[in-house]
Amino acid sequence: MKTLIELEKKINSELNTKINSSEIKHDQLYIEVDKEDLIDVVLFLKTNKDTKFRQLIDITAVDYPEQSKRFKLVYLFLSHEFNQRIILSYYVNENEVINSLTSIFPASNWMEREVFDMYGINFKNHPDLRRILTDYGFEGHPLRKDFPLTGHTEVRYSEDKKKVVNEPVKLEQNYRNFDYESPWEGTKYIKQQTNTNDKKN
Amino acid sequence: MTKKIKNLNLNFGPQHPAAHGVLRLILELDGEVVEKADPHIGLLHRGTEKLIENKTYMQAVPYFDRLDYVAPMNQEHAFALAVEKILQIEVPARAQYIRVIFCEIGRILSHILNVTTQALDVGALTPSLWGFEERETLMTFYERASGSRLHANYFRAGGVHQDLPAGLEEDIAKFCETFPKIINDLENLLTDNRIFKQRNVDIGIVKKEDALDYSFSGVMIRGSGVPWDLRKSQPYDCYDQLEFKIPVGKNGDCYDRYLCRIEEMKESVSIIKQCLSKMEKGPIKSQDGKITPPPKKELKQSMEALIHHFKLFTEGYRVPKDEIYTAVEAPKGEFGVYLISDGSSKPYKCKIRAPGFSHLQSMDYLIKGHMLADVPAVLGSLDIVFGEVDR
Repeated sequence: MKTLIELEKKINSELNTKINSSEIKHDQLYIEVDKEDLIDVVLFLKTNKDTKFRQLIDITAVDYPEQSKRFKLVYLFLSHEFNQRIILSYYVNENEVINSLTSIFPASNWMEREVFDMYGINFKNHPDLRRILTDYGFEGHPLRKDFPLTGHTEVRYSEDKKKVVNEPVKLEQNYRNFDYESPWEGTKYIKQQTNTNDKKN
Repeated sequence: MTKKIKNLNLNFGPQHPAAHGVLRLILELDGEVVEKADPHIGLLHRGTEKLIENKTYMQAVPYFDRLDYVAPMNQEHAFALAVEKILQIEVPARAQYIRVIFCEIGRILSHILNVTTQALDVGALTPSLWGFEERETLMTFYERASGSRLHANYFRAGGVHQDLPAGLEEDIAKFCETFPKIINDLENLLTDNRIFKQRNVDIGIVKKEDALDYSFSGVMIRGSGVPWDLRKSQPYDCYDQLEFKIPVGKNGDCYDRYLCRIEEMKESVSIIKQCLSKMEKGPIKSQDGKITPPPKKELKQSMEALIHHFKLFTEGYRVPKDEIYTAVEAPKGEFGVYLISDGSSKPYKCKIRAPGFSHLQSMDYLIKGHMLADVPAVLGSLDIVFGEVDR
């Protein structure tokens, strides 16, 4: 499709039951789908002659611990032909299993492994779901918001055992997170935002 | 009498000069032919994305230098653009030119390193000695502009940290005059070299379709004949006002990728020259005091400047709630930042899309059926830097 508006219309009319919401901002199209429709929507985007999103740029997740559906999965697609980008997203629970895209985009192999490693989200039909960035034998999922910045264990070489050992983190001083909230007026738009919030309260 | 022979598993790296960093590659060999390659990465994982979530937007910039450490400023550029787009601030013309100049210097830095070490991997020592001399000159330019040879921390949201010191523009212009000769020297050594060609031509061929499926970008996709460059197709900063060509390969092998890199360096020199001639005096960062810090000399006289300075370096600026993906054409391919802000002064989520990650992933596809000796050649032409792959 030539423009993003046309593309949005096209996607909404062809896949009307599968698209929960769509929005255009920053020259990109943001669409939200249901977990079950992922494969159908991605196949449509890749193969339809008016969309041709032939490249999967990245897969990532965002952790919102306070939400009932905790993780937001995000897929970035690029169409060389029409020079457009789509950002597809959906929300899942902690224990849900997601369809893997490896049969459609071989590139999703490592990207899904990374999401699994960093967030602990499981993918089904993935050929080789192992940890990828963290150490062999690592426990926990570092990019979850409840994972501490310092981690749980630290490594050092033990002279007695003549090998590298894992020990619980010992800090001379705890990690400090200062609160700089202040009456500084901030930039204009934030001022407006806080004003409207105040009115609601 | 026949004997059954088991395939040999070979552990390549993590400490191997041809692995270009800490790559552990487990190769399954049938004789000398590679049957399977399984790269183990993450040995340089530093949790950049987690750290950025705990830092203000300004404090996040130095982490980008440490990703692809051979072209630091190109990474900073992607982050700066993402923040600027959310904040909707204009970058002054001079800052845009300075940024483009240093991005192109970064491209040359990266391509010199890659071309010469690729030659080194297949047996040629001299190019790297010549190339590194030029890299040193370029890094002095980095140092004179930002104060540091590698970890520049120079591109900030709204512009650049400081103006170029006196004389730097002239010296960069002088470099642009002498550097094409060095490229020619390198080409004399390599382009028609019999050994270099034997080691690279028809090695690691990437078909067009596969380049798309494996999310290749940059030289990796252009080498296979796809004319795709974000500087042309989705121009950022002042790239739309500059004239340059996009070299495209034909066969998609290691040799074509080498040729693309050489041509790109020549184009970069021409881009730098154009920027230098178009650049005029002017502000080098957005004049919005709530986002960019005031000049140091104002601190002693202006109360407002002092408050701004203090608030910017403690709380930092707040970025409204939004979600954005921005990408730049880094020397190695599409480098992207997917940023989610929540209205506070720290990013809620910052995903870094590194080109090397998807390139390295295809190692198994690229090397299957090749000889063991081709592994360094293919690895060299992928242009892998572990800072960005492992993040």
